[in-house]
Amino acid sequence: MGNGLKKFTRSQLVIPLFSLLLLVVFNLIRDVEFFSVSIVTNNQGNRVLSGNLISILNGASAVAIISIGMTLITSSCKGQDISVAAVAAIAGSVFVSVLRSNEITVPVIILAFLFSCLVTVLFSTFNGILVAIFKIQPMIATLILFSAGRSIAYWINGGATPTVSSPLLSSIGGFIPGIPIPSPIIIMVMFLILISLVLRFTNLGLYTQVVGINEETAHLNGINPILIKLIAFMISGICVATAGCITVCRIGLINHETLLLDAEMDVILTVAIGGTALSGGKFNLYGSVIGAYIIQALTVTLYAMKVPSAAVKAYKAIVIIVIVMISSPVVKEFAINLYKKLFKKQVGTNIPMKAS
Amino acid sequence: MQNNVVLSMRNINKSFPGVRALQNVDFTLRKGEIHALMGENGAGKSTLIKVLTGVYPKDSGQIFLNLNSGLKEINVRSPYEAQNLGISTVYQEITLCPNLTVAENMFIGRGNYSLVNWRSMKKKTAEILKKLNIPARATQQLGTCSIAVQQMVAIARAVDMDCKVLIFDEPTSSLDEQEVEKLFSLMRELKSRGVGIIFITHFLDQMYEISDMVTVLRNGELIGEYEVKDLPRVQLISMMMGKDLEDVSTLQKRKISDEKSDVLPIYEAVGLSSTNCPNAFDFKISKGEVNGFTGLLGSGRSESVRAVFAADKITDGRIKINGADVKIKKPKDAMMHGIGYLPEDRKRDGIVEDLSVRENIILALQVMKGFFRPFSRAEAEAFADEYIKLLGIKTASMDTPIKSLSGGNQQKVILARWLLTNPQYLILDEPTRGIDVGTKVEIQKLILKLAEDGVSITFISSEIEEMLRTCSRLIVMRDRKVVGQLKGEDMTQDNIMHMIAGEAVQNG
Ligand SMILES: Nc1ncnc2c1ncn2[C@@H]1O[C@H](COP(=O)(O)OP(=O)(O)OP(=O)(O)O)[C@@H](O)[C@H]1O
Ligand SMILES: [Mg+2]
Repeated sequence: MGNGLKKFTRSQLVIPLFSLLLLVVFNLIRDVEFFSVSIVTNNQGNRVLSGNLISILNGASAVAIISIGMTLITSSCKGQDISVAAVAAIAGSVFVSVLRSNEITVPVIILAFLFSCLVTVLFSTFNGILVAIFKIQPMIATLILFSAGRSIAYWINGGATPTVSSPLLSSIGGFIPGIPIPSPIIIMVMFLILISLVLRFTNLGLYTQVVGINEETAHLNGINPILIKLIAFMISGICVATAGCITVCRIGLINHETLLLDAEMDVILTVAIGGTALSGGKFNLYGSVIGAYIIQALTVTLYAMKVPSAAVKAYKAIVIIVIVMISSPVVKEFAINLYKKLFKKQVGTNIPMKAS
Repeated sequence: MQNNVVLSMRNINKSFPGVRALQNVDFTLRKGEIHALMGENGAGKSTLIKVLTGVYPKDSGQIFLNLNSGLKEINVRSPYEAQNLGISTVYQEITLCPNLTVAENMFIGRGNYSLVNWRSMKKKTAEILKKLNIPARATQQLGTCSIAVQQMVAIARAVDMDCKVLIFDEPTSSLDEQEVEKLFSLMRELKSRGVGIIFITHFLDQMYEISDMVTVLRNGELIGEYEVKDLPRVQLISMMMGKDLEDVSTLQKRKISDEKSDVLPIYEAVGLSSTNCPNAFDFKISKGEVNGFTGLLGSGRSESVRAVFAADKITDGRIKINGADVKIKKPKDAMMHGIGYLPEDRKRDGIVEDLSVRENIILALQVMKGFFRPFSRAEAEAFADEYIKLLGIKTASMDTPIKSLSGGNQQKVILARWLLTNPQYLILDEPTRGIDVGTKVEIQKLILKLAEDGVSITFISSEIEEMLRTCSRLIVMRDRKVVGQLKGEDMTQDNIMHMIAGEAVQNG
């Protein structure tokens, strides 16, 4: 085995990438045409890309974006924020209410987005304070907004589910005229680039993991664990607002009851599949994003196989159990031992120890 | 002779990615024998134990255990199985549950899952505690007992499970002298009952005091098995290290010319107190000075240096660095003023276990450099490489997670972390804990060399000789209060003991 390959097999990305590959191969065997992308003219008269691949990438965007924040929270706080979907509903409501009280222009949209970011960051910080300062278990702390969030969203628009429509909004939720790729995919890619830059040019990754693995050590090495946890929640707030606003643009209305309904569970799963332990510590953002695509690919595959929509969840659960099982340390160890037994001679012979 | 053997390990091999931890190692343990396992950091002692107790599967080799009817090959797949076969382990880090009671800890996870009878459990525990002379109550929460007592509870548990083989992996490194004595009398008692005991330690004195046989490992290879009474120290050490130990008596302590009033102390605290160290104390250290806090375990010596580093919340005190008033309210402030602190409990306060050796080494310097200025990969690798070489850290690579290093090598990584920050004042709380004899000397030399280069050092060690060899001033503590200072000629083991006991110091 080459050194690069060896390193790769030990990295956290193996299982998510492998699962994704498996799904792709399965679909190709089932239907060679499954991933074919075609150009169609949509009802706005734009020539756009269409096909299962596009709908997987497009449909996963919201969950993928939220999972970035969730990964940071999971890593540093050793727990999950279950209020993300409810807070996204708040973000959507704020977004719509600002849009409706103005004429919809680009600056107004930006303003509405920033405003909903501000609101979600406030709510997230509230969660963060409960977790970081009052040391409440994340799931319990976020249970508050999990149950109250959609009521707050309801109240923002006075109980109505107003619609907003404007070509500008549909270019955000759908296609920008002249560009055949759905905008949510572009936004997701931009978000990923942004986060990569943040990880590259700050110590966010290192600090977050140190706090998640050993808080006392973090403190004694000059890292403020409370601050790092709050930052994780704030970043998550921005992710949630983005996802909420994109979804509003896509469907053209805010329904506080159904916007991203149950998405928090998908997001948590995404993080788990992506190779970040739900008990915190080492994280893998790219893994989480891949995890989102795995879940979406799974859903699309099941629909394509004409599985009745009521049964989709059950099938999803089965596949997810399998993925989570193969990434469990027990199974991993078993696999390693099996490998050693099969290739006994090559393993561990005369590798000189690098020492002093 | 043969039926005296309780345990026999033959041709044991075990490798980890990039490391051959054990190569054809043999080990034999007899009835009623205390058998020491010795070797440098990373020699493979803990790995041998973990293979024996089923924590790691062995690559090859055989393990035989005397099961009433002679030696039988066993294949242990988990510590739980090992326990049921009569092989119990007491680790340095307590592995029991601190928030359960002593009685619960004695009986959890012990095979039969039938209904638990709390009352008889309590009664039985009380009996055992009494029989083994352990100062704890059955209903007490384990976490409220001292480390030594917790360890003894772990031993009592093993004894009550009728073990044939009892393993101690560095049990004494966080015990004080009396506690070690207590532990030893317990070990002798067990020995007289025919239990075979494996004892891992880096303290030669303790090994000579209690062991009958010793097996020496070096770099994963078996050097040999010897009778302790026929084995001179020098020979033992040279077998462990593969070379002779440097004579420590040649170590030259720096003669301090301090205490002249014109020398500005590098660090000075007046009336310093913290939440964990409520009795305010004054303290100063000048450039290039090596001083130490001494006192029994729990006398407040660690808490005092933690206050200096602001590791606990500071409640009062004025601090001057190089004569200028400064505020040190949190560890980051101390770091930015050039103070480094190697904590006493490396597992709890030092290592970031899942991160690589490289990340663990650069951590403190990286924090000082700032959140927005991460080191490039190449810079970090250069730093890590330099210190891995300098301290002789044994690791498969710098990307290995620190948790897979041997205990002593983890300690070196934390030391590297603080050396890398290039501090002007370094606080070392038990830097030689779990470190092998050879490296201990290296560390003492390093301390003196740093002092030579003008670094001030506060050094705490449970081994008084070590402190006498390096420190030029000792601050003696009792019951969380500073009770006196010793320097120069007055610094003798006797004087320290007198002062700790609260008696007058003999001058001379
Ligand atoms: N889980 C692991 N993964 C990879 N390498 C390991 C693992 N455990 C131990 N090693 C390596 O095996 C070697 C032997 O380690 P071991 O812990 O047995 O040393 P030791 O003799 O107990 O040392 P110490 O006195 O420092 O405790 C070391 O080089 C260590 O890095
Ligand atoms: Mg060890």
